[in-house]
Amino acid sequence: MPTIFSKETYLYWYELMQLIRQFEMMAEEKYKMEGKIRGFFHAYVGQEAIAAGCMTATKPEDLFITAYRDHGLAIAKGVSVNSCMAELYGKATGNAKGKGGSMHFFGKSVNFYGGHGIVGAQIGTGAGLAFAEQYRGTDNVVLCFFGDGAARQGIMHEIFNLAMLWKLPVIFICENNNYAMGTSVERTSNVIDIYKLADAYEMPADAVDGMTAEEVHESVTRAVKRAREKGGPTLLEMKTYRYKGHSISDPGKYRSKDELEEYKGRDPIQRLLKNIYDNKFATEEQIKNIDARVEQAVAESVKFAEESPFPDDDEVLKDVYVDPHYPFIVD
Amino acid sequence: MARQIAYREALREAMVEEMRRDERVFLMGEEVAEYNGAYKVSQGMLAEFGPRRVIDTPISELGFTGIGVGAAQNGLRPIIEFMTWNFANLALDQILNTASKMLAMSGGQISCPIVFRGPSGSAGQLGAQHSTAYENIYANIPGLKVVSPSNGYDAKGLLKQSIRYEEDPVIFMESEVSYGDKSEVPEEEYYIELGKADIKKQGSDVTIVSFNKMMKVAMAAASELEKEDISAEVIDLRTVRPLDWMTILESVKKTNRLVIVEEQWPFGCVSSEITYQIQKEGFDYLDAPIRRITAADAPLHYAPNLVALALPDVPRTVKLVKDVMYLNK
Ligand SMILES: Cc1ncc(C[n+]2csc(CCOP(=O)(O)OP(=O)(O)O)c2C)c(N)n1
Ligand SMILES: [Mg+2]
Repeated sequence: MPTIFSKETYLYWYELMQLIRQFEMMAEEKYKMEGKIRGFFHAYVGQEAIAAGCMTATKPEDLFITAYRDHGLAIAKGVSVNSCMAELYGKATGNAKGKGGSMHFFGKSVNFYGGHGIVGAQIGTGAGLAFAEQYRGTDNVVLCFFGDGAARQGIMHEIFNLAMLWKLPVIFICENNNYAMGTSVERTSNVIDIYKLADAYEMPADAVDGMTAEEVHESVTRAVKRAREKGGPTLLEMKTYRYKGHSISDPGKYRSKDELEEYKGRDPIQRLLKNIYDNKFATEEQIKNIDARVEQAVAESVKFAEESPFPDDDEVLKDVYVDPHYPFIVD
Repeated sequence: MARQIAYREALREAMVEEMRRDERVFLMGEEVAEYNGAYKVSQGMLAEFGPRRVIDTPISELGFTGIGVGAAQNGLRPIIEFMTWNFANLALDQILNTASKMLAMSGGQISCPIVFRGPSGSAGQLGAQHSTAYENIYANIPGLKVVSPSNGYDAKGLLKQSIRYEEDPVIFMESEVSYGDKSEVPEEEYYIELGKADIKKQGSDVTIVSFNKMMKVAMAAASELEKEDISAEVIDLRTVRPLDWMTILESVKKTNRLVIVEEQWPFGCVSSEITYQIQKEGFDYLDAPIRRITAADAPLHYAPNLVALALPDVPRTVKLVKDVMYLNK
């Protein structure tokens, strides 16, 4: 398929998506085989094209905020893989000093605002980040990610109304992977096309193939332009799929093998690769080099995490208040 | 040998037995039906009762809690399951502003017989937003009763009581890490009255009070102390509100020393209330200050060492007991 995107864009997408995927595959192994990572762990595998397309459609000053399925977007935004792996290990060198774990990655310096565990909560917070950009008169926008399950929380509806009322520079990106844990979208509402929920507030909205970085990029570019030009928010429903269970402990019995295989047949990385070869953007040799670079970065992150120390014991009462003299109750 | 079943099975039996008895009882919550429960408490219940009475909801805690609270006022006896109590924060408005206050606001006309249940407290390295113990927060609210059992036997009897006989809203707190624990649960039907603590181990030197999974710490500490010839009496509150401080007082009259172990944050927690009641009613019986171990005064961090440090444990409990016995140099 001929393309309007440059070779550099394609190779950037490919490397980023591979990095996210290989990082998670490695982390999952460390979780399952060695027990070095604990707690809830929600993989992004299958959804990487969304992160990739969103990155090329935004600038570094734009803010990202998401739920607990946060590894991919954190890495995309530029939170280092070393600090991500260390965070999973609960080490002091993690992106949240080992205090957040898988669900709570953060990177304020690269405008990644986390990593949130309560379904739907970040929709409100994300709109608030956008409010501050508008208030300070910047042209930055916020990309606020949430799942199909979160679309049934009251806060989304309140925020859609507020964001339209005040024309906040926020792009709501619903990553519709068709399941909220074991509950398929059809079982959660009379309205199963989530993008249509924007209609009630006359918010512009689109359904997007979230398995192709190209389409994600184009739809987000349009929405970002609108937001920067003070046109207000947009809802983008990205149709995607998660290959893994909801979390590491979910066997995923609620969906069929055929369904899973069908989606794997539309794998975003494989599709991207095909376009790269079709357009002669890279040789197999060059792709192998990228893969090797990714593999090395991931291996290094494991080494980094394993060699890093756990947080000091006195960290229990640190980062609770900014006030350094806060008088904690210690019995 | 008597029958041993898991905590989760005991809860399930309580719900199943009461649903068989009373058509007005139904179960509603996230993943309770087709997925058979996020923690498999409601396994098989959809198959037995069908989707009219075992109802999956979208992730809309405020909404489905409202449905439950309204249904309870209109002749039904709902059981609302929260996947964990952390997510019930979204529903707090319905619980605090409506359920707990209906009877008072309506001058006694409208009651709200509903059971809200789910796991509370830490379940390991789940990070700050999935680890809060909520007993004291709900126990602060007049109009609610708060149950927090430590084992399957108590859980079954208390849950059956809550569903069948309690006419007021009941907050029922379980624990993810206890769902697999086995305990002796008889085949015969039984009920346990709310508001009655249970002496899980008799002793004479010191009283240790706890509830929910911190009872494991209290009991293990008592066995450690036994090895050093220190006899601890261990009281399981079972219900946090109403608080059975009389049972604690009777024990303190005998032991003259009190240590409380709980997973709440320390400010205004269950031990604060116990301490107030016991110093007021039992001042003359105390030979040492009442002491406690709570969770650290901080959100629970993820790293394994920080989790361990933030929560009560056996060594610190043993040490505290020795402190109140003036055995530590
Ligand atoms: C308020 C709240 N309710 C319930 C949960 C438990 N929970 C965690 S993820 C999840 C499913 C969310 O699905 P979706 O929004 O589609 O996101 P996905 O996991 O598919 O990325 C649920 C029910 C939670 N974390 N917060
Ligand atoms: Mg989903």
